[in-house]
Amino acid sequence: MSAPTPTAPTAKSVAHTVAETYDPHTGRQAGEMPLSPSLQQFADEAERLPTDELILNMGPSHPAMHGTVRVVLRVDGETIKDADVQIGYLHRGFEKESEGATYTQIFPYVDRLNYVSPMLNNVGFAMAVEKLLGITAQIPERAEYIRVIVGEISRVCDHLTCITASLAELGGLTAFFWGNRAREHLWELLEDVSGARMTHSYCRIGGVAWDLTRDFDEKVRGKFVKVRGLITDIRKLVERNRIFLDRMQGVGTISADDALSYGFTGPCLRACGVAYDVRKDHPYSVYDHFDFEIPVADAGDNLARYLVRIEEMEQSLRIVEQALVQIPPGAVIVDDPLIALPAKREVYNSIEGMIAHFKHIMDGLRVPPGEAYSFTEGGNGELGFYIVADGSGRPYKNRCRPPCFYITAALRQMILGTNLADVVPIFGSINMIGGECDR
Amino acid sequence: MAQRLLEFLQRERPAALVETGSHVGDEIAVVHREHLVDVLTLLRDHADTKMNMLSDLTVVDYLGQQPRFEVVYQLYSIPHKHRLRIKVRIGDAQDECWVPTATGLWHAANWSEREAWDLYGVRFDGHPDLRRILMYEEFVGHPLRKDYPQNARQPLLRRPDAPATDDQTTRLLPDSHDRRVS
Amino acid sequence: MAESSASYIPTVLQDAVNWAQKYSLFTYPFATACCAMEFMSLMGSRYDIARFGAEFPRFSPRQADLLIVIGTITERQAPVLRRIYDQMPDPKWVMAFGVCASTGGFYQNYTVMPGADQVIPVDVYVPGCPPRPEQVLDGLMALQNRIQEHRGHCQQQIGNTAAIGYTDRRKLPVLQDGTSMTLLPEERMPQDGRVR
Repeated sequence: MSAPTPTAPTAKSVAHTVAETYDPHTGRQAGEMPLSPSLQQFADEAERLPTDELILNMGPSHPAMHGTVRVVLRVDGETIKDADVQIGYLHRGFEKESEGATYTQIFPYVDRLNYVSPMLNNVGFAMAVEKLLGITAQIPERAEYIRVIVGEISRVCDHLTCITASLAELGGLTAFFWGNRAREHLWELLEDVSGARMTHSYCRIGGVAWDLTRDFDEKVRGKFVKVRGLITDIRKLVERNRIFLDRMQGVGTISADDALSYGFTGPCLRACGVAYDVRKDHPYSVYDHFDFEIPVADAGDNLARYLVRIEEMEQSLRIVEQALVQIPPGAVIVDDPLIALPAKREVYNSIEGMIAHFKHIMDGLRVPPGEAYSFTEGGNGELGFYIVADGSGRPYKNRCRPPCFYITAALRQMILGTNLADVVPIFGSINMIGGECDR
Repeated sequence: MAQRLLEFLQRERPAALVETGSHVGDEIAVVHREHLVDVLTLLRDHADTKMNMLSDLTVVDYLGQQPRFEVVYQLYSIPHKHRLRIKVRIGDAQDECWVPTATGLWHAANWSEREAWDLYGVRFDGHPDLRRILMYEEFVGHPLRKDYPQNARQPLLRRPDAPATDDQTTRLLPDSHDRRVS
Repeated sequence: MAESSASYIPTVLQDAVNWAQKYSLFTYPFATACCAMEFMSLMGSRYDIARFGAEFPRFSPRQADLLIVIGTITERQAPVLRRIYDQMPDPKWVMAFGVCASTGGFYQNYTVMPGADQVIPVDVYVPGCPPRPEQVLDGLMALQNRIQEHRGHCQQQIGNTAAIGYTDRRKLPVLQDGTSMTLLPEERMPQDGRVR
């Protein structure tokens, strides 16, 4: 195999370098010895041997099925003939719970949808309610920047978890530990800001709960050096590894047309060559203030999804660094007593403040009747919230458009015809998150 | 921008539309059920619209109103970057509670229609594999209907000495639920 | 004198076996939801559950003796959890990781089971949504104390078979809910043998 390019390779260039010397049909690198005639005869016979079909059950509690999904497979030898993907083992009634909770009380439920990147869900839901309230333009700019910063850190956590968990399932446990260390560093930052390690509930309707900590800036820079180092280590470990490439390249391929028809969004769609990213195509919040790129790969296989995620992490880190330079001072939540909670000092010292607080907690903030569909770029793709309000403090309906529900729907097509062992890397690379898929 | 889409629909399929409108920047078109597939096909294939992604499909239950259910399609076009929301209103009577399937148009409709059937009990006529997806097959009723009690659990298994809970049983279910699981 | 020394030796032997068991817990993570992310940290280098004798997970219930229920258990998941518990050999312990596995947490609705203890006996409950790794390590040490003091659920029920040596397990008292490895396969739940 040729040496990798010395500069930081983009998604396309790495895939290209690898593909130069590798023939996916024979599974050999160029220049490799062919099988000896007797072995070749044995291999030919093995292909002709008849086998009975077998029903095989994978999951719902399977070590490689992170999240709880059950795949019932009909296999002929090692080849998958048919598959039935069954989800719903983690259906927790998100919509039913939201109908009984005030808009502010929904934030904890939203956290637990995509529990690998809770901040992005927070932002998505807050923006949906703000759209209904008509206050999208009034959100203080500092709050928007903070949302971008914490959201992008969360996105790095999401991609790190996806990559390292699927690497662990392929046997690369070292990468898992390194990724875990990098994620611990990022969680420390988020814990500094929000007080919780992973279920933050940090956003509020109209802004965020409180300001960043004073030395957040320096901490981020220190941590990012370590995180970048660990990501580079992981890349060095796997990207020239023959086993890794054999199992990722050309496996789980899906075409761009099929992907669009299935409703793919996010990294999985961009790995098929469609450059759709809500942050670029419909810039929300302050995403138009930053210089970042949308990595796209063409192959649509596992390796392409891996490379897109790797490159997106770098872009997210860049966004955070730019945001920390640009962030203006000021308030972090709208100055509207009907939307924001009063300050604690007022609550404890004045009757008006106390009544306002009481009304907020008991009745919730009033959202005018109507309906809105708001969409943001979540960890797995377009995260939409379709809210129907009836004028009370609780939503009449709160539907979450889960990106990985639609991606998991395509799992059957992606695993048909592949080998049994390929289910694991394919499933790992689509990053199905149970809480979001089943809600 | 998307106002253009509503004008397009009014020009191309005036008979299919019940009403059109927009709210907080989202464009909404309510169509008749018999014209639904026609409108969706037009929106997907016409060069001016090219709605090549069914972004989301869900149902809203307006209990106490007639018609009771609204099936909501969120369409998105990757080339044109525009969105449109299509709605169909249907009643809750046994022979009324159905819409034609969109599985022939987008693969995404397959699972989302199964979910809508599972949670709301709206049947999708012509769906190749309409069975429960999130709940188990022994489950009775459709839990996201407004008249399904939030706490009505239907346990598959319990220890005889399990700690007490505040389960409401399914006897509380009103008759509007379709108890058949097809 | 003879009597007391006769009872003294089995007690000391049992203590020794308990001591050995509490530092060699083989875990089976039944990971369903958010808490699994925190469990990954727990396995990682910073918190490192291996320091406490609960080594890296065995992904087969047949080789495990500590079932960690990580995350929300829904009604649909209950028969699966029950079956996995039944497949574990005695003596076995169960830890409920997080509030969802303990009580159902803030999900009180038609699909979430109010705690894993509705279908299996639980020894230690670790609160938190999700619990910090320190909390889980604290829970693990609480469980180790229970094991040492012979207060673990299955230890109380069936006696410490490992310490006694060979015993006809069919004659031992069974769990209150009537299902355990001490029963014949057809007597165990789920009766129809299906995994839903």
